[in-house]
Amino acid sequence: MIRGWLAVAVFVVLVAVLAFGLTRDPSRVSSPLIGLPVPAFKAERVASAAESFDSAALRGEWTLLNVWASWCTTCLEEHELLMRLSQQLALYGINHRDTRDEAQNWLQVYGNPYRASAFDEHGEVGIELGVYKVPETFLLDPDGVIRYKHIGALDEEAYQQQILTRIRGEKS
Amino acid sequence: MKRVVAWGYCLLFAGGVCLAAETVEDERYRELLYELRCLVCQNQSLADSDAELAGDLRKRVRDLIDQGMSDEEIIAHLQARYGDFVSYRPPLAWRTAALWGGPFVLLAIAAWLLLRRIRRGHARASASLSDVERERLKEVLKRGPD
Repeated sequence: MIRGWLAVAVFVVLVAVLAFGLTRDPSRVSSPLIGLPVPAFKAERVASAAESFDSAALRGEWTLLNVWASWCTTCLEEHELLMRLSQQLALYGINHRDTRDEAQNWLQVYGNPYRASAFDEHGEVGIELGVYKVPETFLLDPDGVIRYKHIGALDEEAYQQQILTRIRGEKS
Repeated sequence: MKRVVAWGYCLLFAGGVCLAAETVEDERYRELLYELRCLVCQNQSLADSDAELAGDLRKRVRDLIDQGMSDEEIIAHLQARYGDFVSYRPPLAWRTAALWGGPFVLLAIAAWLLLRRIRRGHARASASLSDVERERLKEVLKRGPD
């Protein structure tokens, strides 16, 4: 009798472990940068090569740092939301592996939600931030510490549950 | 003439040293690329992957080698940005304890079950035969199959 129950228990545990594994998306790897200050980087801006974008400026308020590109079709999915959020939050962009012309054109056609975008032509800033799947969005607290990273298009649900809750202090 | 030949040998020797030095770094570069995972196509190493990110990371590895970083430092550099997942060798730490220790725990459980079963089998075999039965068994074994 005990043996039978033991077998059932082992089976249930095994199913639970496998079910947990199945529901996780292996393409979303958690970032080791969460909880750390945003890495120091300096780049030109998309708007002009003469202006620079310094990560040291990303503090003082809650900030979204969004990695985008004109070749990135998924970026269009989140674009409307970003346009809306730009009216409530500090939103900066990192233009990943793009040309300046195409990036500027994209902003003109679809609208520019960013206060400024860093021009990361060769993906070097991307490596500093551990970017591997555009679009990605980082949430920085007023001290410039990365509190959350969203991989893929940002949606209303992720914004409400992951970003707003952290800004309101309901979630760490 | 002699002097020219001597200089010639010197140059040849120096060139050889240069070539040798380069191949050592090339070898480190190649071996490192097989140690590191491309996060875009996760079943490929940086050496195998055609993804743009893999190209960027290959360039970064090359730069770090040129800066004189050791293999461990380069892997740590990438792990600090992309996480442990970037390395094919998971680190030995408390959060990876189940990964490293799990197989040994399962092996121990399996060994324990096996031993228990063997012991029980022995006990049953010796306990279940009476003296008369044992005599008969001996006879049967001596006689062989009919």
